[in-house]
Amino acid sequence: MSAAPSACPDCLRRSWLLSHLAPYIEKIATGAPGSRSPELLRLSGEDLAEVAAPKVAKQILARIAAIPERRLFDDLRAAQCWACCRHDPLYPTGLRDAADAPWALIGRGDPALLGELEPEAVVTVVGARRASSYGREIARELGRELAATGIVVVSGLAFGIDGCAHRGALDAGLTVAVLGGGADTPYPAAHRSLWRRICESGLVLSEQPPGAIAWRWSFPARNRIMAALAGMTVVVEAAERSGSLITADLAADLGRDLGAVPGPVSSRASAGPNNLLAGGACLVRDAQDVLDAMLGPGAQRVEKAGMPLDPELLEILEAVERGEDTCDAIAIALDLSGADAASALSRLEMLGYVSCSMVGVYSRTLLQPPR
Amino acid sequence: MVAVLATARTFTLDGISARPVRVEVDVHRGLPSFALVGLADTAVREARERVRAALANCGFEFPLRRIVANLAPASLRKVGPGMDLAIATALLTASGQLSWEAMSRLAMVGELALDGSIRPVSGVLAIAEAARELGADAVVVPAENGPEAAMAGGIEVIALESLEQLLPLAAGEWAPERPEPLPLLLSPNGYGPDLADLRGQRHLRYALEVAAAGGHSLMMIGPPGAGKSLAASRMPSILPPLAPEEALEVARIASACGWLKDPPVGGRPFRAPHHTISPAGLVGGGNPPEAGEATLAHRGVLFLDELCEFRRDTLEAMRAPLETGSVAIARAGAWRQLPCRFMLVAAANPCPCGRGEGDAECSCAPIAVQRYQGRLSGALADRIDILAAIRQPSAREIAGEPGESSADVRERVTVARHRQERRLGSGRCNAEMTPAEARECVLSDEAAALLAEAYSRRRLSGRAHDRVLRLAQTVADLAGIETIGREQMAQALQLRRRDQ
Repeated sequence: MSAAPSACPDCLRRSWLLSHLAPYIEKIATGAPGSRSPELLRLSGEDLAEVAAPKVAKQILARIAAIPERRLFDDLRAAQCWACCRHDPLYPTGLRDAADAPWALIGRGDPALLGELEPEAVVTVVGARRASSYGREIARELGRELAATGIVVVSGLAFGIDGCAHRGALDAGLTVAVLGGGADTPYPAAHRSLWRRICESGLVLSEQPPGAIAWRWSFPARNRIMAALAGMTVVVEAAERSGSLITADLAADLGRDLGAVPGPVSSRASAGPNNLLAGGACLVRDAQDVLDAMLGPGAQRVEKAGMPLDPELLEILEAVERGEDTCDAIAIALDLSGADAASALSRLEMLGYVSCSMVGVYSRTLLQPPR
Repeated sequence: MVAVLATARTFTLDGISARPVRVEVDVHRGLPSFALVGLADTAVREARERVRAALANCGFEFPLRRIVANLAPASLRKVGPGMDLAIATALLTASGQLSWEAMSRLAMVGELALDGSIRPVSGVLAIAEAARELGADAVVVPAENGPEAAMAGGIEVIALESLEQLLPLAAGEWAPERPEPLPLLLSPNGYGPDLADLRGQRHLRYALEVAAAGGHSLMMIGPPGAGKSLAASRMPSILPPLAPEEALEVARIASACGWLKDPPVGGRPFRAPHHTISPAGLVGGGNPPEAGEATLAHRGVLFLDELCEFRRDTLEAMRAPLETGSVAIARAGAWRQLPCRFMLVAAANPCPCGRGEGDAECSCAPIAVQRYQGRLSGALADRIDILAAIRQPSAREIAGEPGESSADVRERVTVARHRQERRLGSGRCNAEMTPAEARECVLSDEAAALLAEAYSRRRLSGRAHDRVLRLAQTVADLAGIETIGREQMAQALQLRRRDQ
């Protein structure tokens, strides 16, 4: 067995301090929607306590200092978590560059996978919780293809883009979820089963101790971890004041690559990435673009040409690309009978060229027919 | 005058079936009073006042004696006003004002008005049938219910308009005209809604046809105003005609609810309860138990519009009835089994605001959409075979030619149903195939390969596998093909409901 991660009690106490100070930080950080939390976290424990809770700073610091060492590790064990502090060789190298990096990472899953978290092999995929089916499909494909080429896909377990990126990556390789609350507490709760699957085959990380709940300020705080872990951050869909853009800013501050998936100019959900592109972010159309940006053009190729298609299926595929998204719309656009349109769409779905949502709406996947 | 006892036979309605009741009236000396005993509900107890007034207003004398009317068996709960006529007749006989020899071989039902006229009651078809089974010679019914009672057949029907007609009838001086039975219409009479009204919507039309051909349950998802309710209300008109005994079942239920219309609409019932309905309203309930919408939709279509708005417990209550085709209601002192073999058609919006996420106007929060669509994957949705996603038809389609008429579609559906009956036995359809029967479907190599591929790509669950087989069989039956080919399998895979 490879070296188990370890953490020194002082670094761990920092995590415990954060969770004790959480409500006080919430008060001072939420004035300017959460954005100040990563800066606050650069402060030392004493200063942070002074700033956040001047009246009770001494009591809180004393209480944290009084937690016996054994209690810290017992708590971790009880929650089936482990910890890895900045003094441990397994501590991800990407985080070492960041001035505000967490002192200790508390995680669930196989700790040996920490060794895989080299920034040049990690991509963070973030985006809106309120994502369109286009965004979700892209996130899923991006997650799957990146994971398939051996890239670790980092995201935040949130609804929408995050969840889809995780799901796609789970199908093909390794994924890491960074949480705002404790690593043993899936948030949102509806993603419990996804969280469990990630615990089984990937990693769930947090800087908060087990059982800590997520506050508003903890999301920008965890975004800084996601940005620092990865060599490249890709924004799939984000509205103009989305939290995903905080991740993008943080990544840019660290000098990491920043990518964005373009979307329709008229779509509010794509305003964020479109603005990033206008500002010089790397254009991401598929996993190949990400690999080219990270490893240099042509260093590694994504295999994604599908089975050859008959001319009539190609015609239908083009109709889906034009935005005819239900069986009925296709039948009308191409003047087919309902039965013929159904049969053709079903064959395209089986070949992986289109996918169908729960409410019967078709969307195009990234798979390209061979030319 | 000495105390005299007279009896008359009548029936009380219990759910949708009739139970025999014997009315015993005893008139003897004592302080004038009129007691009604025998577990009667309020409507029955009020019969005392109606009978008193009706007798007086028809020129009879209400005896100023001690009258006791007993409704036997005393353990059976009696409901409704249908026993008025029997009580009045027995009272007239007991008080010596009427002497009717045939009375012991008759059954009678009817509500009395204060002027002595006889008002219609519900459930006369079931009552006439029950009277026939009991060996009665004839059944006396309100004139308005005459045609309904005559549907039973095998029993003489005497349709009375007023209590006054009893005397000449008993004396044999007069007999009412024999009522013509209501016709038993096996398919709609052509005046109901027609599928031709559904313009455009080719895929929806196709999904409706497959659903009708195989008896598959159908869910439509689309924005408000796209034609979901219109399509659902046309479903009965494309279903195959009822068998005569099925039509009688439908008529019996309609009669018990007092809805058997003249002229009858015919064909299969269509029920569309509002989404605020309670579990008891949907599957039946109450004490004494009464039929719910599921039973009223027996042999027809139950349409649940806005499926996501229904209370969860209401939908859960439908699970067993959907599976078994009957609903068992147990209440203190009562247990009923009511038939409810219906076809389920459901409609829902794609998200709470109804526009769907592709629409720029949709402002539903993702968690709200997720919660909303989560309700589409519950236990009830598990029993839905076909999903049809629909969009707002374009102006050109709306203005265009009317679609194919119900009669034409029904013809194809009926042919497909005949193929199924030949294979599965009379009265059965593909949707009812057991897993063992589903495995016996004959697939071409290409179709089998396509199904295997769908299954291995984890795009199908084990349960969905059988569902697709049943659907593919229906598509093949519609096409008139013995072996399920690649084309039919592909269509079935597209039509199936997606589960997340």
